[in-house]
Amino acid sequence: MMLDARDIQRALARIAHEIIERNRGVTDLCMVGVLTRGYPLAKRLVDAIRKVEGKELPLGSLDIAMYRDDLFTTQPVVRKSDLRFDMTGKRVVLVDDVLFTGRTVRAALDALMDFGRPAAIQLAVLIDRGHRELPIRPDYVGKNVPTAREDDVVVKLEELDGVDSVVIAKGRR
Amino acid sequence: MLATKDLLGLQTMSVADLERVLETAVAMKEILARPLRKVPTLRGRTVCTLFYEASTRTRTSFETAARVLSADVTSISAQSSSIIKGESFKDTLLTLQATGVDAFIIRHHMAGAPHYAASLVSAGVVNGGDGMHEHPTQGLLDLFTIQERLGRLEGVKVAIVGDSLHSRVARSNVWGLTKLGAHVTLCGPPTMMPPAVQSLGECGRVRVTSNLCDALDGADIVYVLRIQLERQQAALFPSVREYAGLFGLNSDALKRAKPDALVMHPGPMNRGVEISAELADSDRAVILDQVQNGVAVRMAVLYLLLGGHEH
Repeated sequence: MMLDARDIQRALARIAHEIIERNRGVTDLCMVGVLTRGYPLAKRLVDAIRKVEGKELPLGSLDIAMYRDDLFTTQPVVRKSDLRFDMTGKRVVLVDDVLFTGRTVRAALDALMDFGRPAAIQLAVLIDRGHRELPIRPDYVGKNVPTAREDDVVVKLEELDGVDSVVIAKGRR
Repeated sequence: MLATKDLLGLQTMSVADLERVLETAVAMKEILARPLRKVPTLRGRTVCTLFYEASTRTRTSFETAARVLSADVTSISAQSSSIIKGESFKDTLLTLQATGVDAFIIRHHMAGAPHYAASLVSAGVVNGGDGMHEHPTQGLLDLFTIQERLGRLEGVKVAIVGDSLHSRVARSNVWGLTKLGAHVTLCGPPTMMPPAVQSLGECGRVRVTSNLCDALDGADIVYVLRIQLERQQAALFPSVREYAGLFGLNSDALKRAKPDALVMHPGPMNRGVEISAELADSDRAVILDQVQNGVAVRMAVLYLLLGGHEH
């Protein structure tokens, strides 16, 4: 196992502090989680930040299925985004579980822009596994994990899977 | 992705596909509530609406749905195309397909025309209403509206009042509703009941009556069909006034249904005939919800038919 429940908790606590530090507080900050596993992570970051700063950040969920570039080869299930606050002029922290090729983040950036015009977007990920295909880099990383391209990084979260863990399944070449 | 390349009717649609459309439509409705109502999903795809019959809402609804998903739209109506020069249905379809159409939305006065079209073209075909047969996307948007309002379809009691004989809306609703576990009562003059009406829908879930009070008793949803005044030469009832008296829905008659029963109508309405103006404007009526949900449901259908596989 790459990360267990304690490791995930520590990584998120550190990211929460980094977010506060980099933004010199949490004024005009909001958190958006990419569905499905970025959203529970974003919610945990909101909770962690509240414990430190005493402020509840606006939290939204974002489905990126309609913005993908591989729609005609695979067809993802479309889920409902829930972004009820105006992001115009706000700093948005975009949260996802694994950063890999960067294509999901590209889609998420396009989707976010359709909801408003944020002052800035920062990217927080639990795992950065490398193999980028687009010029995208994260601002906050839980753990950098070297992987082979064929590997599968499986993130499980309490809220959805009943357990917190990150496991690398070795792929076949 | 649906199990078939076309959407021709709810009678032939699987329960899994019905549910997939309804689920996807929930996400589509969220897009319609955004300040910027546009997603890039179907960029580069072309949708063609081919209508041999008049339509306001179905056509506009499909075209809006396609545009929100960034598809290109070609719009052909029989009155303003080479169809009036005598070009056949088949040649019209093949010509349009050759210009690069990925999905056809077809409305035709002949039942089965979209099915014939589906066998001719490799593009997807959506039935936008064929004769007295089916109007599947209307059925789907009605299912979606009921599910959204009541939170379920299983066990819901729906009374469909009016001219079931000529109504493709009624047929699609009967199939869709009964497949998802609702109970349907068809009510209208015996002259307006289709032959072999008992064979419609999943067995045991359709009841027929010509007594409005009986039909409304305990209903969760009262679905009022349009009286097709243009078909009245057939003299299916003595007078519009008598029809309104016996089968017209007003708030007094609605007291027979559940206290919070909702009223639906596929439009266009004949106020004062099948539904009273006062009821049509009341908060019991969800008629404009139906129209709004129509766009979300048709986005779901286009997404599921056009995404996921190369044409």
